[in-house]
Amino acid sequence: MSNKTAKLENIISNYQAELLESWMANLTSVLVRRDKISEAEFRQQASQFLPLLATTLNKSVGAEIDTVIWSDIRQVLNEISQSRARQGFSPIETANFIFSLKSPLFNYLRIALADSPQNLSEEIAFTSTLFDNLGLYTIEVYQKAREQIIQRQQQELLELSTPVVQLWKNVLALPLIGTLDSARTQVVMESLLQKIVDTGALIAIIDITGVPTVDTLVAQHLLKTISAARLMGADCIISGIRPQIAQTIVHLGVNLEDVITKATLADAFVVALQRTGSTISYSNNEH
Amino acid sequence: MERIPILRMGQLLLVTIQVDMHDRLAMTLQDDLTTRIVSDRATGVLIDISALDIVDSFIGRMISNTAAMAKILDAKTVLVGMQPAVAITLVELGLTLEGVSTALNVELGIKLLERGHL
Repeated sequence: MSNKTAKLENIISNYQAELLESWMANLTSVLVRRDKISEAEFRQQASQFLPLLATTLNKSVGAEIDTVIWSDIRQVLNEISQSRARQGFSPIETANFIFSLKSPLFNYLRIALADSPQNLSEEIAFTSTLFDNLGLYTIEVYQKAREQIIQRQQQELLELSTPVVQLWKNVLALPLIGTLDSARTQVVMESLLQKIVDTGALIAIIDITGVPTVDTLVAQHLLKTISAARLMGADCIISGIRPQIAQTIVHLGVNLEDVITKATLADAFVVALQRTGSTISYSNNEH
Repeated sequence: MERIPILRMGQLLLVTIQVDMHDRLAMTLQDDLTTRIVSDRATGVLIDISALDIVDSFIGRMISNTAAMAKILDAKTVLVGMQPAVAITLVELGLTLEGVSTALNVELGIKLLERGHL
């Protein structure tokens, strides 16, 4: 086994420049969207990878890449895959970085071991296994990086989608957009209550124009938020109830009797102004 | 013996709870408060819990009971200064303290009592 890896390693270190050229040629030919990453960057990553692979093969005895010896290679592949994931490459494009080195290597192996087919086939089998492992590893890292991106976006969406705005002195508005689930209700509740403390608001208008459907669970979450606000001493008004939603609420038997409900945010705002003792009037010269 | 002080502000009584409640303390408070409502002819009671980070079902029930007692003696009770985290916990526990008026702080609580329509 050590003999064979020595062979592969020799080829990599002896023909490094040639390998790099044919690897680059392969890479750029399979790469559909050339605009995302410059060829120079490819070349830089590839020329960093090759010598590292040679030194690692020198120390290693098998095609298993999860050992300590391979940690440098894994590090390099980590960086490459993660940056590809961020730049929006497809998994195939990412894995091709590794796989397109295969055929140039096979070519040189074939030339070097032309006289012993037995050795050649063994060497090719070994190289193949090794590169499959490396390729699978890049895919795994790529996948993890994508999952991280999705998680971060979910978190950002959660924070972005729950703004609490101050409409007037002592009047807050909470325009809800999208479906309310438990996690979001928690965030909505926390930000609303904190804003009540910060502004000393007496009335909060919860506008559900942007909530596509109201089922029993969503209604329960709404009622929870209203109860919590009431415990803090602020009244809530639900506004933006569409006709279908009003029908659904009654059909489901949800009890909104104790809550002030209005069809539009404007109506709710008028009630809020009355409650806080403010009035708005048109100036005469404009009418 | 440990007691919770009851301060008088005109026609109103102010109770600030700052220590952990237990049975004895709650009984003493309810005793003291009902006595003071009668002797001071108070029309309103403010219970300030802004110093409490934790309100469990026991304190929740104690507050409801106290409010009910005050109501029988014709005094209105306003619970003031609840922390956001406490409000969320109480709602999750299903304790919405029906029948108890609430306000954000003592000042707003006094306004609420003075306006009289609870």
